[in-house]
Formats: sequence, C-alpha cells, structure tokens
Amino acid sequence: MLSQRTIESFVGLFLLAAIIALLVLAFKVSGLTSFFKPESYAVVANFDDIGQLKVRSPVKMGGVLIGEVSSIVLDPTTFKAVVKMNINDKFNDIPDDSSASILTAGLLGDNYVALTPMYSQTFLKNGSEIQEAHSAMILEKLIGQLIYKVGNPGKSSDSNATSATPPTGNINKEKTENGASK
Amino acid sequence: MISDIAVLGRWGIETLRELGKAGLLLLRVIFRLPDLRKGFPLVLQQIYAEGVLSLLIIVVSGLFIGMVVALQGYHTLVKFGAAQQLGPLVALSVTRELGPVVTALLFAGRAGSAVTAEIGLMKATDQLSSMEMMAVDPIRRVISPRLWGGFISMPLLAMVFNAVAIYGAYLVGVKWLGLDAGAFWSNMQSSVDFHLDVVNGLIKSLVFGLVVIWISVFQGYYAAPTSAGIAGATTRTVVYSSLAVLGLDFVLTAMMIGGW
Repeated sequence: MLSQRTIESFVGLFLLAAIIALLVLAFKVSGLTSFFKPESYAVVANFDDIGQLKVRSPVKMGGVLIGEVSSIVLDPTTFKAVVKMNINDKFNDIPDDSSASILTAGLLGDNYVALTPMYSQTFLKNGSEIQEAHSAMILEKLIGQLIYKVGNPGKSSDSNATSATPPTGNINKEKTENGASK
Repeated sequence: MISDIAVLGRWGIETLRELGKAGLLLLRVIFRLPDLRKGFPLVLQQIYAEGVLSLLIIVVSGLFIGMVVALQGYHTLVKFGAAQQLGPLVALSVTRELGPVVTALLFAGRAGSAVTAEIGLMKATDQLSSMEMMAVDPIRRVISPRLWGGFISMPLLAMVFNAVAIYGAYLVGVKWLGLDAGAFWSNMQSSVDFHLDVVNGLIKSLVFGLVVIWISVFQGYYAAPTSAGIAGATTRTVVYSSLAVLGLDFVLTAMMIGGW
C-alpha cells in the first residue's frame, strides 16, 4: 500500500495531465480564442441577402483573415440584413469607401465576407458603415434563373407573362451588380 | 401459457426491484455526503486506484485509436482529393464519439470490474457487516468514496484520451503520410467548436462515468456472497455498463444534435 502522500502526488499529476489535455483540446484543437479576444473594432454593412453567412464567419481582405462576423440582425424597416463585423486592430488603415461582398469558399464551401479596398484617404473606424455591400450569390437562384431562361426563350403564355418579368429583371440587376464589383 | 406470463411478470418485478435498490443506493451515497476531512483522503485513494492506474491503458489505446482512424480516414479521403480534411475527421470523431465511449468501455473493464470484485469480496468475507458492528457506515466508508472517485476520474480520463488520440492522428497524418502540419491543425480548428464538440463530449463522459461506476458499486454491494456470485456480479458489471454506455450514447447524441 502506497503512502497517502504518494497517492496524493499521483492524483495531482493526473489532474494536471487532464487539465493540460483539456487546454490542448480547447486551444489547439477547437481554436478557442474568445478568452483572449484580440483588440478589434466593429464595422457594419447592410446586405440584401446574406445567403448562408453565419456568426463567426471569417472576414477576409485579399484572402487574408482580418476579422469575423459578430452579429447578424434584420433591420425592421428596410428588411436588410445588418451584418456587424469585428476587424482586428492591426488592420486600421482600410479605406472607408471599400466594398463588402459575400463570397463562397470553393464550390460548396462556407460563405465569408470579402472586403475590397478602394482609394479613399479616410479609414474605417469603430462603428462606421460600409456603403457598398454586394449580396451573396445563391446557387439555387442562379440555376433557377438559368433554367427559366433556357426553358422558355420564345414561349409567351399569358399565365407566365406576369411572373416572367420580375426574374429577368433580377438577372439584369445581378448582372449589373456583378459588373460593378469587378 | 399462464405460467409463461407469470414468469414474465416475475422477471419484470425483479427488474423493477433491482432498479429501485440501485436508485436508493445512489440516493444514499449522494445525500449522505462523506465528512470532508475524513472522506477526502478516501476519495483521493479511489481516484488513484480508478483513475491514475487506468491511465496507461487509456493512453495506449487512445494513441492507437487515433492512429488507426487517421490511417483509415486518409485512405478514404485521398480518393476524393480531400486528404487535407483528415484533421477535422479525426478531431470530430474523437471528441464527439470515440473519446467518451471508448474511455467509458475501457473504464468499465479496468476500474468498474475491480470495484465490483472488491466490494463483492468485502461482502462475502463479512467485512461490510463487521464495519456496521463497529458503527462504521459501510456506505460512507466504502461505497461513497468509490462512486465519487469514479465520477471524478472518468471525465479526466476522457480528456486525456482525446488529446492523446489527436496527437496519434498527427503522428500518422503529418509525420508518416506527409500531410501539411499547418493545414492539419488549421482545418481542425476551423471545424471543431469548443462548446458543441469538446464540452458536449465532456458532458457525455460525465454521464457515462456516473452510470458505469453506479452499476459497478451496485453489483458489488448486492452480489451473492459466494465466489460464483462475485464472478457473476463482475461479468454483469462489464456487460451492463457497456450496454448502458452504448445505449445512452445514442440518446445523448440525439439530444445534443437535435437540440432538445
């Protein structure tokens, strides 16, 4: 039978090992960083459609991670999605006329917010709003519109005529939006 | 025909009585808290016997399970050109399922059976009755430290298992199969969520620990005081614990994923 003191030290080591394992799981495996939040400032953008964007989705500029989405709410009057982003304080010289767009990582990946810098000499700061926000491209919608366009180019039945106008209008609008973002 | 139904009824009543006895035992252990000054060293001794001594089998099996999952996962993922996703595959399957479940099964085999055999033998050799004669409460002196020790040890063991298994996967995936270490860890970090995956695994291991050690203590305390009785009780501990762990795992997973 071991002495009580030896047993106590072994149990102490055991507890220590378990705590280290939990810390490894927290920081190395799940990338938990919310305990030590990096200093950041909040920026808001209003999107018509955010697609599958979620809280904690990445915010990138030129493909580099610069922050994350902190909250998404619906504006009750304009019915636009108000996306609040926390951007790391290191990146404090982003021009305030930059545009924000919601893109998809890969064909089936998650959505993220991409900021495209412009040339203004004033910078984004805490609480400022990004004026130019491009909605997410929703794959199903695009496919639907494509099929619709391919399916009835010459057909003009009266029942479809009323519903045919808005989608084509949308396509044109999206096209111009895409053109603007490029 | 009638006698068959009577057998079924008797079996039902017996099962219910067993369950009631087990519940009462648990209640007595929980509400008759051990004296902190006297009970704490006893609980520590049990953490040593059930936790520290189980560490070797947990570490070794964790290492090998992590390595095997990485190897199997790599050969499937590489067909889809998605070998970079090995980190998330291993981390999610280990923290969510394999960690708590395999640790609980090993814990039932390594610690639970020992507890049952020890308590059963104490009962068969009348040590428990002698304690009562000396006005020492066997529940407080023998049962309670073992139950608390197991309840505390099990989540700690599960955490160690998870960490070791993920490092085993790292060894195979990065050191042997040559995946990029940065992609391995960063893909893992972006898809593992601390609360949804790690904490839920911890909750599972807490529940499994309580169930396994409860079954072990109950089987030992109510074992028939013969050598055959102790043998049967030890077997039942391992069988019932394993079945309870696997069944509860399904229920807990359904609750956690379904978000009840």
